[in-house]
Amino acid sequence: MSLYLLRRLLQAALVMLAMSVIVFVGVYAIGDPVEILISPDADQMERERAIKALGLDLPLWMQYLSFLGNALRGDLGRSFVFNEPALQLILQRMPATLELAFGATIMALIIGIPLGLYAGLKPKSFGAKCIMTGSILGFSLPTFWVGLMLIMVFAVQLGWLPSTGRGETVDVMGMRWSFLTWDGLRHLAMPALNLALFKISLVIRLTRAGVRETMLMDFVKFARAKGLTNRRVISVHVFKNIMIPVVTVVGLELGSTIAFSVVTESVFAWPGMGKLIIDSINVLDRPVIVAYLMIIVLMFITINLLVDLSYSALDPRVRLENK
Amino acid sequence: MSASSLPKTGLPAAAVPEVALKVETPFRRFVSEFFESKTATVGLIVFVSLVLIALLAPFIAPQNPYDLAQLDIMDGRMEPGTVGGAGFTYFLGTDDQGRDMLSGIMYGLRISLTVGIGSAFIACMVGASLGLLAAYAGGRTDSVIMRLVDLQLSFPSILAALMILAFLGKGITNVVLALVIVEWAYYARTVRGTALVERRREYIEAAQCLALPTHRVIFRHLLPNCMPPLIVVGTMQIARAIALEATLSFLGLGVPITEPSLGLLISNGYEYMLSGKYWISFYPGIALLVTIVSINLVGDHLRDVLNPRLKK
Amino acid sequence: MKQTLQAALLAAVSAFGLTAFVPAQAQNVQSVTIAVGAQVTSLDPHYHALSPNYAVAEMLFGALAGFDAHGRIQPGLAESWRPVSESVWEFKLRPNVRFHNGNAFTAEDVAFTVARVPTVPNSPSSYALYTRAIKSVEVVDPMTVRFHTEGPYPNLPNDLAQVSMLDRETHDGAATEDFNSGKVAIGAGPYRFVSFRSGDRLELARNEEYWGPKPAFERVSYRIMTNNAARMAAVLSGDVDMIDQVPTTDIARLRREERVRLSEADGLRVIFLGLDNSHPEGSPFITDNDGKPLTVNPLHDVRVRRALNMSIDRNAIVERVMEGSAIPTAQFLPPGTFGYVPGLEPVRPDLNAARKLLADAGYPNGFRMTLHGPNDRYINDARIIQAVGQMWTRIGVRTAVEGQPWTTFVARAGRQEFSAFLAGWGTASGEASSPLRSLTATYTRDRGWGGSNRGRYSNPAADAKLEAALRELDDAKREVLLQEATRITMEDVGIMPIHIQKNVWALRPGLAHEARADELTRAQDVRPAPAAR
Repeated sequence: MSLYLLRRLLQAALVMLAMSVIVFVGVYAIGDPVEILISPDADQMERERAIKALGLDLPLWMQYLSFLGNALRGDLGRSFVFNEPALQLILQRMPATLELAFGATIMALIIGIPLGLYAGLKPKSFGAKCIMTGSILGFSLPTFWVGLMLIMVFAVQLGWLPSTGRGETVDVMGMRWSFLTWDGLRHLAMPALNLALFKISLVIRLTRAGVRETMLMDFVKFARAKGLTNRRVISVHVFKNIMIPVVTVVGLELGSTIAFSVVTESVFAWPGMGKLIIDSINVLDRPVIVAYLMIIVLMFITINLLVDLSYSALDPRVRLENK
Repeated sequence: MSASSLPKTGLPAAAVPEVALKVETPFRRFVSEFFESKTATVGLIVFVSLVLIALLAPFIAPQNPYDLAQLDIMDGRMEPGTVGGAGFTYFLGTDDQGRDMLSGIMYGLRISLTVGIGSAFIACMVGASLGLLAAYAGGRTDSVIMRLVDLQLSFPSILAALMILAFLGKGITNVVLALVIVEWAYYARTVRGTALVERRREYIEAAQCLALPTHRVIFRHLLPNCMPPLIVVGTMQIARAIALEATLSFLGLGVPITEPSLGLLISNGYEYMLSGKYWISFYPGIALLVTIVSINLVGDHLRDVLNPRLKK
Repeated sequence: MKQTLQAALLAAVSAFGLTAFVPAQAQNVQSVTIAVGAQVTSLDPHYHALSPNYAVAEMLFGALAGFDAHGRIQPGLAESWRPVSESVWEFKLRPNVRFHNGNAFTAEDVAFTVARVPTVPNSPSSYALYTRAIKSVEVVDPMTVRFHTEGPYPNLPNDLAQVSMLDRETHDGAATEDFNSGKVAIGAGPYRFVSFRSGDRLELARNEEYWGPKPAFERVSYRIMTNNAARMAAVLSGDVDMIDQVPTTDIARLRREERVRLSEADGLRVIFLGLDNSHPEGSPFITDNDGKPLTVNPLHDVRVRRALNMSIDRNAIVERVMEGSAIPTAQFLPPGTFGYVPGLEPVRPDLNAARKLLADAGYPNGFRMTLHGPNDRYINDARIIQAVGQMWTRIGVRTAVEGQPWTTFVARAGRQEFSAFLAGWGTASGEASSPLRSLTATYTRDRGWGGSNRGRYSNPAADAKLEAALRELDDAKREVLLQEATRITMEDVGIMPIHIQKNVWALRPGLAHEARADELTRAQDVRPAPAAR
């Protein structure tokens, strides 16, 4: 078991190493950060000074090695733009993104499961067909387009919700959270819905598929034969059974939700990590790009590892295969 | 599913031999099952029509929207139904460059479908081959390929595509390339999963016992049995690729501005939404929506038809 | 654990009570919320020379000199200045100015500031550019300071207008982070620091001790919203009181809209096309009509450049692409600025004359070319190059158009990879020597000329005039020299100016705003509208 864990961690480290090399070379190939950051008034001497100040005068491999050396000591470099530690910049923005991702996930479960149950239990009904077609729309609509439509309708036309940005925040455990204030929730509603749209469809489909499969299983038939009410069969037996895949997939999806908040955050001017990374790519702020991607990779690897571990704990067959 | 049992089981006994033969082939069964769903049939018809429009665009579009010489900014932002300087009616209006939106959408469809189908196809080839190889070879090969898949999947596709395009520059080929790099891993993972199960089946063992060459076992025996999930993933990925290309174009990377895809048309026009010139963004949006929805309707139903677990 | 939860709930309740029942607009008339389209990257006024940072510095700090709304220089923390000899400038400081923490502003602080500017670590774009001409600072008395320069340097007041003054006692050894955290975000400006969340918002409070005219609003929330549609929606829905960088696509509609009013001014940013002058043996993106590379670069022939220039219908671009929010131009600056050439107007578009010029130059059937440009940098940049592409194609120069993100564009343009490209130039100092020196002067590293001359245009006659202007302390004579240099460059079509952008803000009807030529969005320029009824 510990050997397995060790091997996975080693692999994770390799993945992160590869990622950092790719990003280094990638950013180097895209362009020159100094050209973008420097004042247009700057002359050639000033350009050379800036290149030196940011350490970009060294050959790429030397820049990389020094980055690696610092990274091992936990220092992922300082942002070219903000002159603050890249890691700190990202962590400052993290609560906003987590809030958005969790908001979207909760919304997806609250909306998706009832609709999915209904569609699964009455697959032939008109309502179920509407739900399923609707869920295809949810899959198909590009996020940026939906976001703009939401703003047009709810903020500009109806004036119900604030158009963009994050609301009032409260300091809890040294981080700023906005979901604890009314103003914050109002600001959170639209971007969370925008981000949730895809996941709502996903949850509807998972739930529906789960219900349809479970309803055919013997234990459900047995429960019914025992004379249990339909309500009880569904709420206890079926529901329990479908929640496992739904929660697993939604959990796995959390990582990609955080990654995909990039688009939502830039449409809604939401000051999270995704907004930061797009801005950083636009100005080639390499330390921030690298640090962000390392964090995302780490997050994905951790989530995957946790899922694998919990599976092997739950399912004896998986455990056998690992031995 | 209950309705499907009628033609399958009801006829054979009384039918003439060739009808019985027809009924027996899995493909026929698949086709008849597919067309049972009205929504999926409509989806397929719409999709085929869209492909036809895209193919015939140069012959049926009133204008070549990619030829700058045919555009005139003095005709820009005209409302739907206006007659322009070139003497024909702009049924869906014009964009800021004086590009006929109807022609723009037809040509844009061409680009979007090329990008979507092209990237899905290539990614499928690459991904499926690697997935099969991983499943069949196992051991170190499997480990290396699957770590690559992890690497790819651990990287948000939108970010990966952004970086790749920033590096390669714009262009349809580059977009396809970026989407292939981003998407092959989905196919690899799907195929490997199925292939691992199939590999333990008797027919593979039998084929191996017959000492058939490896490539033959892989491509003639293993691959066909991995097709159903691959087809489902493939269809969905076409839709995904089209949407992803639209998002990339929206973010300013993607296809060149003079050869707009549907996504780029939307992105060009969305700034005009607030100012009431809805048509520049609205109609391409509808076209994109119809395209993606029709593909997804087909893919969705394919999943039901090809999923053995839902069969009684 | 339980306690944190309780604390969180308590905080939630109190925040709820504070904000829930007060509609955003009616909160109080004493505060103003402004949304800007460009990122403020640092509160350290000497870290990153970038106009949003400069706008913030003007609110928090202030410099010896400043610019009025039309880009003309005016006194700031210095009351007056004059050259006392060929190479010495004397500045008289404003008396009784205090920093936010009560410290007095004196000549020692000026000397400290000038010394600090070049030493800010990791600066990606240093303000040292504006202090480099200063060889030494001489503190004559607490209210008088002299700057010694290498030879005559007429631009010193303009340069020092970019440099925010700091306090020696407060800022000795201060790091950039200390500014961002607010610890030392202390200046002598009209507003004092309250809080800053990078990438999101800056909160400010009025400095009651400010030396100049008192700003109208007590509190300012300065928010960053880089997405155009989001910013527009925010002002339309009343979430914010004012936005800058109003997209041209919305201007026509906003003029009829009752919920907002517009505030606009002619800007100092010229949009122009640059041409490749660095490849005499054939330009990378020019081919003959069959797609074969040409062995000479047609753009070296002034007749070709004139033909291309003559085929551009600037009025059409301004009217159709910019929707009226620009002025067609044939030079770097708008009328009324220092170095503007009266009478230098855009050439009238004439397709036949253009075709004849092309034929005279040996290209009766034209050639093929690609016009590059950024697609995320200047207002409507990608649309402008498409429009120019249409116009050039009409005279037989079949033009392909390629827009790309600024990140890639600027790197490639800097390596002379393009044949023709669109770019822009904002002259913050409102004075023609800046574009002449950076954009069109012969690329010379030692002199620091042509730093942004990406087409490598070179014209010795213009260089000579510029050189003379840069050493001329007499303003009238200097202006004539700058006008001559501009005229020579433009008649030779060194670059092709297209238009000068207008800067447009949108605000709530109850407010008034003094629109600025230099694009800066500052809270002190906003005040309640005088009651009209």
